[in-house]
Amino acid sequence: MSTRLTRAGRLIDPTRPLEFRFNGKRLRGFAGDTLASALLANDQMLVGRSFKYHRPRGIVASGAEEPNALVNMGAEGRFEPNQRATTTELFDGLSATSQNHWPSLEYDIGAINTHLARFLPAGFYYKMFIHPRPFWKHVYEPFIRQSAGLGRAPKARDADRYEHFYAHVDLLIIGGGVAGLQAALTAGRAGRRVLVIEQTPHWGGRAPVDGGEIDGQPTEAWIGDALAALSEMANVTLRNRTMGAGIYDHGYALGYERVSDHAPDGGDAPRHRLWRIRARHILSATGAIERPLSFAGNDLPGVMLAAAMRDYLVDYGVSPGDRTVVVTNNDDAYRTAIALKEAGLEVPVIADARDHATGPLAERARGMGIRVETGMGIAAVKGGKRVTGVALCAQAGEGAAREYVACDAVAMSGGWSPVVHFWSHCGGKLTWDRAGAMFRPDADHPPTGQDGLPMVTAAGAANGAMMLDACMADAVAQARLATIAAGGKARKTAPPEVECAAEQAIEPVWIMPQGAPIEARSKMWLDFQNDVKVSDVQLAAREGYESVEHTKRYTTLGMATDQGKLSNINGLAVLSDALNAEIPATGTTTFRPPYTPISLASLGGEAHGELFQPIRKTPIHDWGDANGADWEPVGLWRRAYAYPRDGETVEQAVAREVTNTRENLGLLDASTLGKIIVQGPDAGRFLDMLYTNMMSTLKPGRCRYGLMCSENGFLIDDGVVARIDDQTFLCHTTTGGAERIHGHMEEWLQTEWWDWKVYTANVTEQFAQIAVVGPNARKLLEKLGGMDVSPEALPFMAWADGQIGGFDIRAYRISFSGELSYEIAVPASQGRAFWDALMTAGQEFGVMAYGTEALHIMRAEKGFIMIGDETDGTVIPQDLGLDWAISRKKDDYLGKRAQVRSFMANPERWKLVGLETLDGSVLPDGIYAVGQGRNANGQANVIGRVTSTYHSPTLNKGIAMGLIQRGPERMGEVVEFARTDGGRIPARIVSPVFLDPEGERQNV
Amino acid sequence: MLVLTCPYCGVAAEETELHAGGEAHLKRFGPGASDEDFTGYLFGRENPKGVHFERWLHANGCGKWFHAARCTATLELFGTYSAQLTEPPEPIRKAISAKRPGWRWREFS
Repeated sequence: MSTRLTRAGRLIDPTRPLEFRFNGKRLRGFAGDTLASALLANDQMLVGRSFKYHRPRGIVASGAEEPNALVNMGAEGRFEPNQRATTTELFDGLSATSQNHWPSLEYDIGAINTHLARFLPAGFYYKMFIHPRPFWKHVYEPFIRQSAGLGRAPKARDADRYEHFYAHVDLLIIGGGVAGLQAALTAGRAGRRVLVIEQTPHWGGRAPVDGGEIDGQPTEAWIGDALAALSEMANVTLRNRTMGAGIYDHGYALGYERVSDHAPDGGDAPRHRLWRIRARHILSATGAIERPLSFAGNDLPGVMLAAAMRDYLVDYGVSPGDRTVVVTNNDDAYRTAIALKEAGLEVPVIADARDHATGPLAERARGMGIRVETGMGIAAVKGGKRVTGVALCAQAGEGAAREYVACDAVAMSGGWSPVVHFWSHCGGKLTWDRAGAMFRPDADHPPTGQDGLPMVTAAGAANGAMMLDACMADAVAQARLATIAAGGKARKTAPPEVECAAEQAIEPVWIMPQGAPIEARSKMWLDFQNDVKVSDVQLAAREGYESVEHTKRYTTLGMATDQGKLSNINGLAVLSDALNAEIPATGTTTFRPPYTPISLASLGGEAHGELFQPIRKTPIHDWGDANGADWEPVGLWRRAYAYPRDGETVEQAVAREVTNTRENLGLLDASTLGKIIVQGPDAGRFLDMLYTNMMSTLKPGRCRYGLMCSENGFLIDDGVVARIDDQTFLCHTTTGGAERIHGHMEEWLQTEWWDWKVYTANVTEQFAQIAVVGPNARKLLEKLGGMDVSPEALPFMAWADGQIGGFDIRAYRISFSGELSYEIAVPASQGRAFWDALMTAGQEFGVMAYGTEALHIMRAEKGFIMIGDETDGTVIPQDLGLDWAISRKKDDYLGKRAQVRSFMANPERWKLVGLETLDGSVLPDGIYAVGQGRNANGQANVIGRVTSTYHSPTLNKGIAMGLIQRGPERMGEVVEFARTDGGRIPARIVSPVFLDPEGERQNV
Repeated sequence: MLVLTCPYCGVAAEETELHAGGEAHLKRFGPGASDEDFTGYLFGRENPKGVHFERWLHANGCGKWFHAARCTATLELFGTYSAQLTEPPEPIRKAISAKRPGWRWREFS
């Protein structure tokens, strides 16, 4: 059994017991425990079920590389699936549950899959679910969805807070082990601004567990001194619980700080903090990860990485087993055997796959009375939910068992792989180190930054320097290079004195034993989390998958949440062997950020709720709030859709507003309309290029409706242009288009016609603009008094400056409703006062505010187009019957050349018409018109679609506009629209101008 | 995330401050142009692995368009310069030649 030893672990505080729950069971741990160490201390070796076969799985590792021990944490707004027990710090009241089992962890129905393993090989889904076709939707997909995914997504809203930090440093050091701390000392002493981030709560990495001396003192003491020295330096920042998540272009890096995961009741601290770091240079001191060995049954609970077992023993005082068999191909696992033996636990045998083991560590183990068998491996692990023993065999053979050894734990070590992720994220290349049996950073091909120079330096174990002496020597050398790259000066210094045991060379072992038969290879797990075995990769190779990237996707090797931290190298070695290729020729898959999964909420930071986007409010917004406005977002603006009164529905309010505006008087807050000043000697010439019509001939004091197209010929905006004086125009844009059109103008001015003398300014927010609309519009303005607003003084499509009711205003006689209409601009600061004055004086004329929906209905009744309704980026003015607004006199305008392309002039194009159902009902928005016959896919041929559709309160029937093939030639024809339920709606093609085609209402 | 120095305001701007504007030094073809020329102007773009010239807008900054010369493979930046030029200026071309001898881009080298 796994248990807590009386000898305290290095990291736990035995005076502070903590209580927690696992699957509802009350358990006890100590401050300093991880959830994994506390579970092991309570003999909870079984922590989950595997993804595909639902095999029982236990804790394998002690850090970020853990594939099995994924748990659900918390509840409700703090529920989170897939949390690694090995990186979850224990706190009082922690509650975790295991995943991927039904009905319980101990008894799982899905475990029957393990007996079906023969039928669930690599590529199973691709092979199985392709036929018969109709089965996909109704049988296969629901089945796969049911069994797909690890854990369940939370349903409640996240109860925690998240934030972003921004940091600019000379040198970012990822990893706070001895190499990272050494580098921090070098760069810190050189006066560089240094940020050191370490993913665990502890500094020094695994050096204190592995032993050795630096500068004549134990590593732990050296680490303490280094931390003390660094904390004295104002230019050095140390952050633990902060993982390097990824490195991006030009020295940009993300750090992921778990601020209060370990103390969830810590007041108002955020839960996670995303560090957005810009560094001149980055040093990756991320250490190395131990590899499993591939032997049959290597996934049984109780089989652990040798170094992880040593961590649990030394750091937490937890022994994963009473009798532990150690299996290895290198010397490091001997440290585990020695540590177990020193703790008074049994190590019946060390099975070393190498043909001799004569290094000092092996000799020391032998000296302690541990039996060492060389040339030996494990033929099979015995047991169900827990290891009960192993069968030993010759590594060189086919797995004939030599001996059965009873044990309750197995410590395995297949060697170490440097964590090269941060070297690789931005394109650093790797080199295969044959002697070390590992990929390590290729110093000749580093990732480069904006100056073309190396952007990342790897140091220590992350650079392949595994032994403590080599690691420190490399750290000193690389720290100097990194400090110089970060803009500092650093002299060559001698590495510190290091004492550590010499190690005999590793011998790569990818399959144990060498000639294992298929039955054994089908039980050798490569990827524990995604249930990928040696036999799956070999099958993929036989089926022609030669690229490691293809094999990864076919077998799902390395595609789980651990991204193959344990499985990648073993998997590609097996693939290389199956392909008869060298390992470097096969290569690795791509290392992509983040290093381990980070919370989506941390990426969002504070940008949610009210802080998600700024909200733009007009000067009249508060009046709307006080008068029941039903707001809708238009870009970042809030506009009133309608102003429902007591007891009214929104629909009723819209109808009332339309009717009242047509019969009496309506006010619209049109302040959001874009207003751009275009000024200069070449302003007219410039606008002639931007608009399809001629603007240079417009007379001061007059307005003209204009269309803007992209260079591709498509409509992008429309609006009324007023000529202020000889050199000044005011261009109105759509509400959503103001910034975009201003940018469009600037782009052409800056990049094409930079010698034209024109300035532009977006003055949208400088003015409030109010549309005074309806038969009583003039009466209201005359009552307020001031300038002459008679038809003679201010005819349709004219504008004038003046005063009304004591306000300095500019009145435009323009109409988007077809009624008598004045759009009146006042300085923004006067907007609300002017609105109130109009409202008060307008009472006797029946004044009411109207919102955007009434505006839309009234423009549709008049057949006026709306950018974004009648246009969608593929519509040219000619499609909308707007040929009258295209100048034929101009040599050029943006879009002119494009509009003479053959398909733009094709008479078969869909063109704007009005549509009326035969029964007066309202057509659904966006509905398609269908014609004769079917297309090659058996679908009805589509001949058009509805672009705007409303119930017209004025005409008391449904009205719509749409684009129909050859529409204007088909007036009076009835076309059919296809409902989604298969039904058809007939509608007649009519003129899009439903009301007052002569314009008698507005020209008064 | 790139950092480009705006040649107008001198700010070393993060990519979040910038807006990419596609290939630089396009020649506009308008009415009267052949279909081939017009199509090339609208849609024909270089897609090099290596030296490239691009338009960038300092959108959340001074609002000016500028040009950048950079390597699409390594993201190395050779320089930024005025958008009001019809071809890459000599100092930029020299800077590229120093790092990428023998480079070619469209008719420039």
